[in-house]
Amino acid sequence: MKTKRSVRLFFSYLLLILIGIASVYPALWTIMSSFRAGDSLFSDTFFPKQFTLKHYSDLFHPENIAGKQVPYVKWYWNTLKIATMSMIIGTLIQLLTAYAVSRFRFKGRKTLLSTVLVLGMFPGFMSMMAIYIFLVQLNLLDTPWALIIVYSAGAALGLFVAKGFFDTIPRSLEEAATIDGANHWQVFMKIILPLSKPIITYISLMTFTGAWMDFIFAGLILRSRDQWTLAVGLFNLVDSYSSTAFTLFAAGAVLVAVPITILFAFTQRFLVEGLTSGASKG
Amino acid sequence: MGLGQLYNRQWTKGVLFLLAHITGITLITTVLSNHIIGFFTLGEQGQHLVKVGKIYKNVPGDHSIFMMIYGLLSMMVVLLYVFIYVMNVRDAVANGRLREQGLPTKTFIDSIRHGVHNNFPWLILAIPILGVLFFTIMPILFMIFMAFTNYSAPNHLPPKNLVDWVGLQTFKDLFTLNVWSDTFFGVLTWTIIWAILATVTCYFGGILVALLVNQQGIKLKGLWRTLFIIPYAIPQFVSLLVMRNMLNDKFGPINQYFRFLGLDGLPWLSDPFWAKVSVIVVNMWIGIPVTMVLVMGILTSIPKDLYEAAEVDGATPWIKFRNITMPFVLFSTAPILITQFAGNINNFNVIFLLTKGGPSSIDYNMAGKTDLLVTWLYKLTLENNKYNVASAVGILIFLIIASVSIFSYTRTRSYREEDMIQ
Repeated sequence: MKTKRSVRLFFSYLLLILIGIASVYPALWTIMSSFRAGDSLFSDTFFPKQFTLKHYSDLFHPENIAGKQVPYVKWYWNTLKIATMSMIIGTLIQLLTAYAVSRFRFKGRKTLLSTVLVLGMFPGFMSMMAIYIFLVQLNLLDTPWALIIVYSAGAALGLFVAKGFFDTIPRSLEEAATIDGANHWQVFMKIILPLSKPIITYISLMTFTGAWMDFIFAGLILRSRDQWTLAVGLFNLVDSYSSTAFTLFAAGAVLVAVPITILFAFTQRFLVEGLTSGASKG
Repeated sequence: MGLGQLYNRQWTKGVLFLLAHITGITLITTVLSNHIIGFFTLGEQGQHLVKVGKIYKNVPGDHSIFMMIYGLLSMMVVLLYVFIYVMNVRDAVANGRLREQGLPTKTFIDSIRHGVHNNFPWLILAIPILGVLFFTIMPILFMIFMAFTNYSAPNHLPPKNLVDWVGLQTFKDLFTLNVWSDTFFGVLTWTIIWAILATVTCYFGGILVALLVNQQGIKLKGLWRTLFIIPYAIPQFVSLLVMRNMLNDKFGPINQYFRFLGLDGLPWLSDPFWAKVSVIVVNMWIGIPVTMVLVMGILTSIPKDLYEAAEVDGATPWIKFRNITMPFVLFSTAPILITQFAGNINNFNVIFLLTKGGPSSIDYNMAGKTDLLVTWLYKLTLENNKYNVASAVGILIFLIIASVSIFSYTRTRSYREEDMIQ
């Protein structure tokens, strides 16, 4: 019995270690590559023979890599701006929408919910061309605002996660507040929001990373290199220089991934809640 | 409009309605009707040459696509007008009844206050609804209509040429013309195989890893868990682009290790079969952590007394696992399985960032061997300007996803019993 147990544990640990290596290897490899001298993808050893910070400094001094136009700082700033704005507006819209459909039983509510479900089933790119023409007409093409508007306008469609959460908040709390004379707006601000911190964190994180990582819409809307976001820029870096600018890409990728990874690490416990409430209540 | 309110002596409201009525009618008769007619004709003449004096000049003609969009927008404005009209009649009737009964009608300020309180949900939904209307519904309608036109390169691209309504011709071509149907059915088959494999591998992989970590006797559970979440925390486009480089035939580290062990490297991304293997394995790397996190959450929520009761009855670990753990996990995650399946059909990122749909093949028209329907749609639209075919493919994707989703929603208990928790 004792030996059987230790054999089982031995194999379990072996598997865990293997999976662990597989999980972190790509990240470690990228970090190592970002410190490696030269610009090629190929390397004889896992640890670079020569450590260098040149690639990081190149990112901040685009004049050093004049052959490749990589205004990295500019991209970073663009991305930060777009992601933050979309997060604030998008989260607010999503919470309000979810609150309305979760708490009120009004005429047309079921129709509204089914419409949202149906709209969610269309592939997102189907609307790309129309949005493109639309933005040309509004003279918003190639501006960060275009992206912020597009992301925020779509935010309401993700209402089911928050709705699932709001549905579980007992009604008696609001009823008590209403008896004490609170109006709908006060109920939302003073009762619902303070109780919904986990789901607010989850939604903010999702809208932020969504904007941070999107390269499809961003690539379509932002035409000039200076307006690009990180996702568009890095994709282009790999696509057009393939394996000859890899170390530069690695450095750029590390700087992109670090803040997001830290955000995830801090909000880990909220993620489970968000994932489950969206999935089972949908 | 508005006269009813004036008759009821609600002056402010009446004047407002009257104004809305006048603007509505003027707009409809002057601008909107032309646009709506334009929607049906899609223009009379494309860009053409006109003789001015002795030379021919290029004169811009009708732009069918703009005409279509303006037509759609105009129809929406007309609908809005009709909506206001109906509201107006209802309001007048309601107030008329009040007056007949000899009750006082509300003042303007009062009715606004009343409206805010009773229509609160619609009030906060107004902005989201407008956003969705213009940036989701209208574009989708536009694309649906596009599938019934001949809007495509090279012969029907405005502003040079006109676009016409062709009915179901595009769908017919897609299913019967060999150029399209071979590609369509090839890509469709791979999309379905991919969606099934990607979902199943991630789902069971995730359950397995979660159970592995949660076993009795495993130490440092928190450490393992954090370690395995890392792939989920790295932005997807970064990790996918990194993977693409790692799997590089000539210089990538993976093939380097193969060579180190004395094996030939494999053409990970350039051979159709291995490219398919690569995308599925890489997708496991990205997808397993999500399921793992979910399953771990569920494992902690299984009531402990179930296990205790089983132990009292002398159950072995295997029996406990099979009769308590597995049913619990499967039951709680079944809806997610279906959502993930639907998501994988549309999994643009993994395919596009890793292989770009390649390796390209002569059997397929504008598609590669790992292209899904969505990535093909992307290529048709942005690289080849075959808008009508792309829209038709989009509609078909919608039909697939819709049938999968309807199947799942009707089976989700919480959808039917949403008012249970009060």
